Order: sequence, then C-alpha cells, then structure tokens
Amino acid sequence: MSDWSKALSGFAREPGAGADNRGLEIEELLLFEQDEAGRSGVDLPAPPVVKDRLGSLRRVGAIGLPGLSEPQVIRHFTRLSQKNYGIDTGLYPLGSCTMKHNPRLNEKLARLPGFADLHPMQPAATVAGALELIDMLAHWLKTMTGLPAVAMTPAAGAHGELCGMMCITAALEARGERRKRVLVPESAHGTNPATAATCGYAVDPVPANPRGRVDLAALKAKLGPDVAAIMLTNPNTCGLFEDETLAIAEAVHAAGAYFYLDGANFNALMGRVRPGDLGIDCMHINLHKTFSTPHGGGGPGSGPVVLASSLAPYAPLPWLVHGEDGLRLVEHRAGEASQSIGRIKGYHGQFGMFVRALAFAMSHGADGLHQASGDAVLNANYVLARVKDVMSASFPGFAMHEALFDDRFLDGTGVTTLDFVKALIDEGFHPMTMYFPLIVHGALLVEPTENESKAGLDRFIAVLRHLAARAKAGEAEFFHSSPHLAPRRRLDETNAARHPVLRWRPERQAAE
Amino acid sequence: MRYLSLTDADRRAMLDAIGVASVDDLYRDVPAAARLARPLDLPQGLGELEVERAFAALAAKNLPAGVAPSFLGCGAYRHHIPAAVDYLVQRGEFLTSYTPYQPEIAQGTLRALFEYQTQVALITGMEVANASLYDGATATAEAVMMANRLTRRRRAIVAGSLHPHYAETVATYARFNGFEVVALPPDPAGKDDPAALIDGATSCVVVQNPGFFGGLRDHGALADTCHRAGALLVVAVGEAVSLGLVVPPGAMGADIVAGEGQSLGNAVGFGGPHLGFFATRDKYVRQMPGRLAGQTVDVEGRRGFVLTLAAREQHIRREKATSNICTNSGLCALAFTIHLALLGEAGFTRLAALNHAKAVRLAERLERVPSVVLASETFFNEFSLRLPRAAAPVVDALARRGILGGVPASRFWPERPELADLLIVAATEMTTEAEMDRFAAALAEALR
Amino acid sequence: MSIVRYTKDHEWVRVDGDEAVVGVTDYAQTQLGDVVYVELPEIGRRIDKGTEAGVVESVKAASEVYAPLSGEVTSVNDALAKDPALVNTDPMGGGWFFKLRVAKASELDTLLDEAAYKKLVEGLA
Repeated sequence: MSDWSKALSGFAREPGAGADNRGLEIEELLLFEQDEAGRSGVDLPAPPVVKDRLGSLRRVGAIGLPGLSEPQVIRHFTRLSQKNYGIDTGLYPLGSCTMKHNPRLNEKLARLPGFADLHPMQPAATVAGALELIDMLAHWLKTMTGLPAVAMTPAAGAHGELCGMMCITAALEARGERRKRVLVPESAHGTNPATAATCGYAVDPVPANPRGRVDLAALKAKLGPDVAAIMLTNPNTCGLFEDETLAIAEAVHAAGAYFYLDGANFNALMGRVRPGDLGIDCMHINLHKTFSTPHGGGGPGSGPVVLASSLAPYAPLPWLVHGEDGLRLVEHRAGEASQSIGRIKGYHGQFGMFVRALAFAMSHGADGLHQASGDAVLNANYVLARVKDVMSASFPGFAMHEALFDDRFLDGTGVTTLDFVKALIDEGFHPMTMYFPLIVHGALLVEPTENESKAGLDRFIAVLRHLAARAKAGEAEFFHSSPHLAPRRRLDETNAARHPVLRWRPERQAAE
Repeated sequence: MRYLSLTDADRRAMLDAIGVASVDDLYRDVPAAARLARPLDLPQGLGELEVERAFAALAAKNLPAGVAPSFLGCGAYRHHIPAAVDYLVQRGEFLTSYTPYQPEIAQGTLRALFEYQTQVALITGMEVANASLYDGATATAEAVMMANRLTRRRRAIVAGSLHPHYAETVATYARFNGFEVVALPPDPAGKDDPAALIDGATSCVVVQNPGFFGGLRDHGALADTCHRAGALLVVAVGEAVSLGLVVPPGAMGADIVAGEGQSLGNAVGFGGPHLGFFATRDKYVRQMPGRLAGQTVDVEGRRGFVLTLAAREQHIRREKATSNICTNSGLCALAFTIHLALLGEAGFTRLAALNHAKAVRLAERLERVPSVVLASETFFNEFSLRLPRAAAPVVDALARRGILGGVPASRFWPERPELADLLIVAATEMTTEAEMDRFAAALAEALR
Repeated sequence: MSIVRYTKDHEWVRVDGDEAVVGVTDYAQTQLGDVVYVELPEIGRRIDKGTEAGVVESVKAASEVYAPLSGEVTSVNDALAKDPALVNTDPMGGGWFFKLRVAKASELDTLLDEAAYKKLVEGLA
C-alpha cells in the first residue's frame, strides 16, 4: 500500500490515531488496495483439459485484478453503500428526477427465472409470455398518453429523445424535406439540445415569458419552413404547466413542424391529462421516473416513445405486432416496417424495466395513478405554500409536481444556493435540484413526489424555514463549511478536473 | 394505494394550507379541453398478491434457460451470478439513489464507479474507461462518433465481424448524425479485409473480437494500417468474459474499445437492461461520451470521489456535448464490478478458461454430428456450425424437444441465403456435459 | 507599440505589428470560476474573426473562445495544459491562449477599446 493511501485512509491508521471511523461510518480502502494474489470470492472447478482453439491469441501476463474473499467483498460494498443516500434513506426531492418509492415487489418480479433467464434470441414460441408483457405495458402507455403507437426500445430518456427526433427527421425526409433548426426553450433539459445536435440540427433557443412559460410570440417569430420541431417539456422544468400548449401545437403544425414533448415530468399528468389531447406528435416516458423503476445510482433507465400515427411508420426496430398467430416480433426493415428508422440499440428494449413498470402500473391501476399524480401535485404545492414567505418562489400561482425557487431570498446573506443545499445534507435530507433550470438565478427545484407523508414534509418544511432564518441571521460561515456530518465534506472538484485521476494505478506505475 | 402515505385527513389539511378546495383546483393551468373528464380505461389497482400471480402466469408462458438447456449467445451470455451480487445491488442505498451529483452523500456510488472504470481499463488493456453507456450496440455507435470528432473525418468502415445489431445501430446513427458507413458483409470465415478500404477520409475501422460468429483475430496489423492513415481502430467486445483468456484490444493497438458488459453480474433478461463499457487512451479522454468518476480530496484532506470532466456532458455543454447521454447503466455497472471483485484475477481467468474448455468440448461433440461442419477455426466460448440444411427450422425443432439450440444466422439476415445453414452456438460455465450430450443427440436426430 | 482591444464575448487581443496575442478577460475568468482546461487551436490553422478558436472549461461551465481577428495561428500557450489556473491568476499575461498572424488589420477598428469594454462590463454587473 502506498504512503499516500495510508495518509488518506483512516482504515490504515494506527488504532486511536485517527477519528475517521465514526460509528457506523467506516472508512474503506479501494478493492485494489485489498489485493492478495490467488484469493478469490468464487470457487470454480478446474477446467477440463482440452486442446485450445485460441490460435495464437491467448492473453499473456497478469490483468491486475485484485483478489478478495466473499466476506471481504460483501463488507466492502456494504460499507460503500452506507456512504450513499437513497430514497430508502429519506426525502429525495430532486426536481425533474422524480425520486419516488421503488417497490420491492417489482424487483422480485423482474428476477423471476421466466423473465431473467430468457435469452433475447430464443425462438418466438418460447417467449410468448415476454411478448405479451411488452404488449400489455405498451397498452398502458398508449392509453395513459392518448397516442396510438409506442416505440419500446429506447434505453433511457435521452435515447427516447433521439428516437423521437430520428422519427421526425425520417417523416420530414419522406415528405422530401430536410429542415435545419429545432426550437428548444431556454428552460429545457440539456439532453434536448444535445439530442437535436446529435441529429444534425441547429438548436434555436426560445425564451421564456415572465410567467415562466414559453414566450408564444417569440416562438411564432422563430417558426419557419426550416424548423423541424419544437422540443418542449410539459409540465416544464419550472414546475409549471405550459398553459398555451394548444396554441403552441397549432402554430408548430401550421409551420409543418413536429411537436416533441419531453415526458420527464409526466408524473404530474398520470390519469388526469393525456398528452395526445395536447396536440403533440411524440413523447418519451422515463420509466425510471414516472413508473418508479430504480435509478440505481444513474441507471439503467428506459424511455419508450409514444407516437402519433404520422410518426408511427418510422418507429425503430423491432416492432411487436398482432398477427394471426398472436404476437410477433418484426426485426427487419421490410413489409409493414419498411419505413422504420432501423435499430437504435441491441435486442428488444429494456425488458427488465418493462416488468417493473408494468407491475407499478397494475399495482396502481387507473384509480391509483390518478391518486398518485394528485398527491404528487398536492405535496409540491404544500411545500410551496408553507415556505414561500421565507424562500423566493420564482413564479406566482400553483406548481405542478415540483416547486421552483431562486436565490433572491439569500440576497445579501453571503450564502449561495450551493451552500444552502449543502446545509440540508446535515439535516438528513437529500438536496433538491440546484442551478437548474437555467432561466432563474440560483435555482432550487423541489419535487417531493407522491410517496411522502405529511409528517415527513412538515419536518422538511421546518428545516427549510430554519435554514432560511439562519442564512438571514448572518450565519454565512456555517453554510460555507457545510456539510459537517456527511461521509465527506466538500470535495475539491477543481483539482479533480485539472488533474484527472480516473482509475486506480499500482503505486509503482503511478510514481512514474 | 399501498405506496401513498397521505391520509384523506392529511389531504384535507394540506388543501386548506394551500387555500384550495380540491386537487383539481391545482390543475387550473391545464386547458379544460385537455383535462381528462373520466377515469382512464384501464383496470383498477391490485394488491401485491394479485400482481404477483399475474406476472407468474406470464413468466410461465416462457421457456427460460435453466428449464431448457441453452446454447444461445450472440452478445448475451448466461453466466452464473454469485448470490452476493444480487444481494448487494439491491441494497437500497445503491438501488434507490440517483446519479451522484451530491458527492458528499454519494461516495458509495462514486467509489464503485471508480473501481468499475479501473476494472474495465484493466481487462480491455486500455488506459481509461467511462462509467458505462446503455449497451454494446450504442457504445459502438458512440465510439464511431467519437472517432469522427477526433479525426475530423466522417467515414467509418464496419467489418463483417461486428454484431449485426451493433452494425445496424451504427448505421441508424450515421443516417441522422450525417456520417458515412462502409459496411462489409457478414463474415463467418473471419477473413475479411477492412484495411483495404481505408483511405484519407476514414475516421475509424470497427471490428469485433471475438467476432460475432465466434472467431478470434489478431487486429494488430489492422491497427497499424489505421494509424498510418490517420484513422482509429475501434474494437467491439460482445463477451466480456473473453477478456480473461484472449489478448485484449488494448494489446492489439485499439484506440477505442466498446463492449457489452452483461456477462458479468447481469442476467440475459430478454435483452436488457445490459451495460455498454467504453474505454480509450488517456489522450482522448476529453472527447469521451458519458460520465466519469474521478479521485480528489475533501476539505479535510480525505480521499473522495466526484463526477468530473463534466464540461463534456449535455447538462453543461448542451448542443456541444460529446453525447446526449444522461442516464446510463449505473446499477448494471455495479453488478459487473461486484461480480468481477468476487472473481478477482484468479477467478476471472479461471472462469474464462472454463468457458473456453466447455465450448471446445461442445464443438468436439457437435463436429461429430453427421454432415455438421464447424465454421470457426478459432473461438472463445461461441462458434458457428454449417448444417446440411436451413438452421432456423432445426432450432425450432430443437425448442420443441426442450433445447434452446443456438441462434440461426438467418434470424439476423433473412435475406442472405448463403447464411441460411449457419447456426451460432455458445457454451458457458453453466453448460453441463450431460446437456452437451443431449444437444448433440437431439441435433443429430433433428437433421436425420 | 502594441494596441489592446476587446470583444463583446470577453476576449482580449494585443496587437503588435502583424502579431496578435489572444486571451480572455479578467471579467470572463471571474464568471467562469476556476479554469480547469483550455482547448487551443492547432498551429497553422486559419481562423476567421468571430469563429470558434478554442474552449475554456471550469468545473461547471464551458465557453467557446472566438477569434477576435482573422488570421493564422502561429503559436499556442502550452503552459495552460499543465497549469490552466494561469487563466485565473494572470488572464492578461501568463494566461494568454494563442497567437495569430493578423490577416486584416482593419478588423481591429470593429473591436472595443478599454473604455468601451469597461463600460460594457459595468453594464453587466
């Protein structure tokens, strides 16, 4: 072990020499620093002796993987897990991310051998139940959104955006048009402009009006024969419903363009508003948001895209179609799928996520989905109503499923949005989304979701009010040094980016 | 509804605090014409028991590996997943956390990603790896777009060894991103020559090793040819376990490695979610797509980890980002890391050797089936067979006998008669000698 | 004698004969925060005024650097690769980005002088 890691790791210090282990908060070396050659956490039989068929391509030399026993590995990852905050830990009000409860039933079902041990390339006759499950989820998604078709393959929200924009591009090409611009509101998620650019479009930002919605007049002024689409989030990233959405759809369609709806915030609409009734042409649904498939520290997600009939012919492969002998996978660009954009990933989509999402939908039912969206909106508005006298709500009126604040309430205190959210950590809460959307200064975006209890929200509200009061009382230093109690204090991100260390290297190599 | 925590009394009190009569009043910004006036035409909610029964009934309509001996591969491999893997990834602190944007309370995820990046770099023989992409297919498409940016060229050559789903995904991205793909025909013999097509406009050559049909090739000379022409070599890997026994892409001179990591820690799961791993040279790191965890220290000088070099990414760079990716395959990457941590050097190399030995044993048996010819001279744990007639009906016949007997190439290329008799077969450590015997006997019978 | 001019995008250019040195202003580095990386143009590249010549990154932001004048890149500041913090500590000196051989001296007249730039920055505060 290097002196460096000894110096930085409490675990390697002499007993009593450091106070890095704090009760259940135990320091842990990297896997690579616990290596003993020859040790393994898996017992495998010796391979039968055969004449190898590797040609001359046998790997030579050591790979450098560390050897640990099973108890060491369990302890390692258990200790790591204890340095993480999850939804299971407490309130996770990350705006636009919809950190709702992840039911364990759904995990159990996804692991049924009849799903988990199914190979994607098995003969169709052996996967009838899997195809039926995909079709059932597709039916729920189409019914909830009021659109006639759905592309199930996209792997996540941004991948769904790409799928939708590809379908739009293909539809325009079928009309003999190659349009150049995509309109994206300034409040949009970064994935929207990145997706449009990946599809070869110039991104034209549309400003917001003083009410936090798309400026309809500015939008109309930007529409023209070279605009392919608008990508709009609704409810938008300010947590507001785009109340002129019908007029936007009309104007966009009059210009021959398509209306892409970013469905990241669909949680507010379940069972109450069908995006198809808003005149949109396509929308991705983040199953890992609205349908509660776990975020897993950054994925996997799943992003099915519902499509209007004008875009359905271009949906990516494979298609699931009802045939004479039941459900059938169409895997090639021929016949009914001859206009498909083709494949955008391997196999048939994030099937394991489909299992979880369908379990979520069936558990709730039409009644439960309606109740859940209502509770999500109620919870957000309750927080808004109870703190708006001490924090600065960015826009008047009701929120949808998330409430947006800016940093005006911190003016003159010397406390920034970053400082404020870091202080929340010490109070046992995960911070809200910060510095997004970009259209307000020092944004704080709060999305409690439908799962929180009133008592839990009351405690959160009390903490927000307490912290706002401390900031105004001149305790800037306390905020600057927050968090004090987390597994790590503030980290030096500048150093991390100036001198990137992106992997562990053996000491000898690192010294060179 | 069991997931909702508000009582009706809570709702009443909260509406009073807000100053509205009903939740519907909170939706006043939604145009009346767009509000759904009736319940959705969908069933009412179900209890846990009823949901479980419904899903068990669906699962029972499938014939999974384990019930039937399975010899399927083609980029998705059924390996044994140690019990500890699934236990650990289901710890709520991992399962229910978000992308680690607040590093002080996300050190678990960040450290695990740092370990994952290191493992991927080690097994691929590369210098640096990202924190995962969606799958092998999309990782390959991202690799090509990265090569285009690095070389400022826009023509990719795709070899016949590449998984057809990867190749089709690259082609789809090419059409809309606006670059050219020169695709060689599928190459079961493993003898195609992409080097001959390289010219001054070529950004990269994409090959797969082991190839989609199972064969192994040394791409070292191809790497040299690429580099002399100012192009990059992208090597795709469909079976991560192969890296425990086969010369890794980094040692062949690959500039970018894009692969499928499902084999470690993740179920085949009808094709997803899997995970794309992605590795490159240090000098190219700023053109990499996806997230990166990096090491630093906190204000007390303690080692800690953060997401870094984020200025490449969509949430900062928007339309100038290196990729539009946001959500990746975090939990699948964690499963990969835990499985590989359990294996270690000794376990991983033994697992790979075991896979190869099983495949050799299987090949020895199937070669002896009358009229069946082994089409792969070299292989890792998967190879191709030429059957005396079309392979697809044979596979269906085997399925009726309760054997999942490989993938017919015609499933991927129905329009190519020259591939109709080709069957792609894999073995892993899960495959028993008895299953091999059963498969060989059933194949002989099906061909009789 | 050298002439210093500024752009509305917060680049500065110091012209001496047909050589121009380019960097970003003190205001720009303050807005960006700690600079972590600078992407510089290739030597020999001909750049038109107003087109992208590089990128400057901080932890949470990235900005394009545009060429204040048209010309051919004659050298770049290699020191920034090792020590990007120079942009923060000495933006008008050691934190320079690249040098150009000026193609059209007349373009200088379209840029802001120090007083005009100062006024621009004051207006942004």
